[in-house]
Amino acid sequence: MHEMSLCESILKVLEEQARAQDYTRVKVVRLEIGALAGVEPEAMRFGFDVVKKGTLAEQAALEIIEVPGTAWCMPCGRTVAVERRFDACPYCGGYQLQVTGGEELRIKELEVE
Amino acid sequence: MCTVCGCGSGTMTIEGHEHVEEEHTHRHRHADGTEHSHPHTHEGEHAHSHEGLVEHSHVHRHADGTEHSHWHTHEDDHPHGHGEPVEHEHTHGPAGDRPRYSGDPVAFGHGHAHHGHGPAHSHAPGMSRTRMVQIEQDLLAENNRYAAANRRYFAERGIFALNLVSSPGSGKTTLLVRTIEALKGRMPIAVIEGDQQTSLDADRIRATGVPSLQINTGKGCHLDAHMVGHALERLNPVPESVVMIENVGNLVCPAGFDLGEAHKVVILSVTEGEDKPLKYPDMFHAADLMLLNKVDLLPHLSFDVERCIEYARRVKPGIRVLQVSATRGDGLDEWLAWIEEGARAAAAVRRDTIDALRRRNAELERELAALKARLGERT
Repeated sequence: MHEMSLCESILKVLEEQARAQDYTRVKVVRLEIGALAGVEPEAMRFGFDVVKKGTLAEQAALEIIEVPGTAWCMPCGRTVAVERRFDACPYCGGYQLQVTGGEELRIKELEVE
Repeated sequence: MCTVCGCGSGTMTIEGHEHVEEEHTHRHRHADGTEHSHPHTHEGEHAHSHEGLVEHSHVHRHADGTEHSHWHTHEDDHPHGHGEPVEHEHTHGPAGDRPRYSGDPVAFGHGHAHHGHGPAHSHAPGMSRTRMVQIEQDLLAENNRYAAANRRYFAERGIFALNLVSSPGSGKTTLLVRTIEALKGRMPIAVIEGDQQTSLDADRIRATGVPSLQINTGKGCHLDAHMVGHALERLNPVPESVVMIENVGNLVCPAGFDLGEAHKVVILSVTEGEDKPLKYPDMFHAADLMLLNKVDLLPHLSFDVERCIEYARRVKPGIRVLQVSATRGDGLDEWLAWIEEGARAAAAVRRDTIDALRRRNAELERELAALKARLGERT
């Protein structure tokens, strides 16, 4: 969804942080994307390459850290791995799952100079 | 343009309407000729102090032209003047490699006597000054801040706000018109319409006699909380009303954007196929209520209602489902009752708050009167 506008949000953060953290160029952006965040890593890469032109991130590489989805299964009382929202619990086959991880969509760190 | 949904650029970067304190950087020159800069915020005056053990980072420029940055703490308050030499004491702990911010590890060990640095402090004269900055910043944080402001706006006025989402052609506007016609005599309603282009929907809503405002997102594929905040300023809905926000017809993008609403309501028509909840799980997961619309057409279709509801509950256990027909009127009573219940609850919270404030005000006035009386006794 809306990867292009998210890429613009990344650039905005980079520009704001440039003043706060005193850097002029960004070399690497490490972005965490959860499996359940509704964001396609490939579309993010494409979008970032487009929006970074002519900015302080022109030379920046986008490194994506994919975070697996996890959920709490109520009947089993344990944390289980899920790849999609509608996955069943791999142990009991039920759908009473509360997503606990994998919704991340955040810039984790930067390499700057 | 976005390869997934066709969402174009330029619609998300509106200047902020909330005046958040801006961080900025100042450069200081010390008596020994060194300079450093650090970011800070102002609260109305051009000086600031560090209370207690406040950690922050400084970038220092030394006389030999090298620069470095490090974290340190202040134990005492001190003013920072600008434009003149100022001396102050810093205590540097061994925090040069503080987790959020670290120097280039290759360049360790360049000690110097500038007011007592800890051991982990680094310089890289003549070398690459590439460094890591850990910022842990959520990409939706900005939208979420605006959404929180909208939510406060609704709460203060006792407004029950709904974010209606669906694919194009689900019958959302027809349902909305039916809903407004049934409810407008009972409670004030205002509508925010989101579409890429045209004001056709807002015109349809205005024909019912309730205030309505159209947001055209241009190339954008969803409404965001900032646009809705501006729309609320112009629409100015009355206290204890219902605000319906009809989002852009799209089962993907609006799921990620909180507008400050009480609930997302997803509308799915039976002509779309029962597998939509599995195909677009994020949207059905984000919604609290699913309206299964156009049920009057079921005899002509092979739509499996039970299966559809089961799919919806897979992605959102506990999602409420109502089967409705905007044209024939099926299920509308339940839907209207659900809205009225929510509106009553939102208004009740506001009244409780107002009552509590009135009680507190009366209490303070009594205290003031008692104090004035005592003051009168003395003089």
